[in-house]
Amino acid sequence: MMHAGLEHYLVVSFLLFSIGLIGVVARRNLLVIYMSLELMLNAANLALVAMSRFNGNLDGQVLVFFIITVAAAEVAVGLALIVALFRKRQSAHVEDLTSLKL
Amino acid sequence: MQDFFFYLFSALTLLCGTLVVANPFSRNPVTSAMFLVLTITSMAGLFVLLHAFFLAAVQILVYAGAVMVLFLFVIMLLDIKEEQQRRIKAFGLVSGGASVAAIAGVFIFSLSRSKMGPGAVVVEVDGATRPLGRLLFNQYVLPFELLSVLLLVAMVGVILLSKRDLK
Repeated sequence: MMHAGLEHYLVVSFLLFSIGLIGVVARRNLLVIYMSLELMLNAANLALVAMSRFNGNLDGQVLVFFIITVAAAEVAVGLALIVALFRKRQSAHVEDLTSLKL
Repeated sequence: MQDFFFYLFSALTLLCGTLVVANPFSRNPVTSAMFLVLTITSMAGLFVLLHAFFLAAVQILVYAGAVMVLFLFVIMLLDIKEEQQRRIKAFGLVSGGASVAAIAGVFIFSLSRSKMGPGAVVVEVDGATRPLGRLLFNQYVLPFELLSVLLLVAMVGVILLSKRDLK
């Protein structure tokens, strides 16, 4: 087994980000898209914490703290929007939300 | 020992992350949410390995606790029926694969150009809570206060959005 260094953590973060990105682009359920968004934010957090650890600098951890707070606010607003949308349209699928399409 | 836990936690994170997005057994959003909880918890394990103990605790308390409970509340509130198998658009998969390939190109390029390697110096940083709190309340006190304003704005916005007769 190789010793786990910075590049290992970055590879894990990259793979997790890719999974989230594919989920955002390919899935059609609004809730699952939101969860994939959370995966991408978590991947960024992991990269920041690894960088902060291996560079001997705590600023990255402060930034992760801020990101977690902003993500919580974003989830609250986004889920309220989804609930409001569901009341009007009775659906949480992006294919049923095409009013703005030409 | 640390390496073993690194591989264990990263394998768990990636496996559960894949199951959030593409679960071959269930298309229920509740299953995705449960696997997201597992992903976040194993990521907290990775944070502990990186000596970010406070962030690991925050990750479990805020993410696995508050955010995921919110997700589950909304899923149960919406009462989504067992969704029928809709065909996955080829366009979505192709564009997703293209964007992942582009990011992979940038990632591999920058990783090969950087001077990291087995000889890179690892500066040991004490990731304990005390220096983090000192940094947060001295150098970053203005962003911290702005964040509280952001949370207030989000709270007011959510209350306004969930009112039934939106004017």
